[in-house]
Amino acid sequence: MSVVHRHRPEPAELDDADRRIVNRLQDGLPLVERPYAAVAAELDLSEGELLYRLERLLEDGVLSRFGPMYHAERLGGGLTLAALEVPEADYERVTAAVNAFPEVAHNYRREHRLNMWFVLATETPERIGETIAAIEAATGLAVFNMPKQEEFHVRLHLPV
Amino acid sequence: MSVSTCPSEPLAEDAGANGLDAIDRAIVLATQAGLPLVPDPWGAVGKSLGLAGEEVRARLHRMQQSGVIRRIAAVPNHYRLGYVANGMTVWDVDDAHIDRLGREVAAIPGVSHCYRRPRHLPEWPYNLFVMLHGKSQAEVERQAEALRERLGEACRDHRILYSSRILKKTGLRLARRPGPPR
Repeated sequence: MSVVHRHRPEPAELDDADRRIVNRLQDGLPLVERPYAAVAAELDLSEGELLYRLERLLEDGVLSRFGPMYHAERLGGGLTLAALEVPEADYERVTAAVNAFPEVAHNYRREHRLNMWFVLATETPERIGETIAAIEAATGLAVFNMPKQEEFHVRLHLPV
Repeated sequence: MSVSTCPSEPLAEDAGANGLDAIDRAIVLATQAGLPLVPDPWGAVGKSLGLAGEEVRARLHRMQQSGVIRRIAAVPNHYRLGYVANGMTVWDVDDAHIDRLGREVAAIPGVSHCYRRPRHLPEWPYNLFVMLHGKSQAEVERQAEALRERLGEACRDHRILYSSRILKKTGLRLARRPGPPR
């Protein structure tokens, strides 16, 4: 478990082949027998070069992950977005306390009175309420729970 | 991780409401950190679970058809790609119109996530959340202005909350379910 305070990384230098790979693979890998060979052919690269570059893009943190993107609720899990109003003087302590929960998948500082926003992912929907209660006990702050009521769109695609 | 599967033993068919059985869940656990970067990734996943590559591929295909898997894809780091302005825009939209307007806004280019969420009055009046990504705050503000126009009079107020620090990003680890009885 990392409680690393990662600040915003610098934009990466990408060449043309990297850009084609990043753009193409955000759309998805086909479920065919040799999927990387199929994508490499589309991009006019060899399979080996695609795999080599993909590994490097992951190592360099240009891509944070490559693989199946699972739908939390359809896997039977619980998922919610929650926020805290954290006093500035207490920000580091509360960050450590919140991040210590393995159910906290993402946590961002945002500039608003509600200045800490995190995503909770739990094994079951019922565990969301218990985890929120535990975070309130650990931080001494009220958690604003904002579960999605309707999903209109989910599709992150950042062209480069 | 609590799903324990013994590859040499037949796995019980215990498909739950979501239609996943123990083998599907073992595949989820084996791939949630990422897909192997080798010419035959299905075979590599299968090898670690005692399954044929073809079976892994067929099951991933089925999970993608049923929506358990959105897609098998690269997840970019926004900042490393130059998207340094990532705004969570939040809107106070008339409840009578939010379902129609949410769908319309979702179709605007640049929108990655669009959800209806509960208000917490009086502190938090916003019920529509729209993530916008740009190479500058000015770009995100232009996108937000387009949204504002689309929402029209049904929208009373809005804010753009930029992320100023990543405090944690481990990604979702969603498959930790109680395993079969040991």
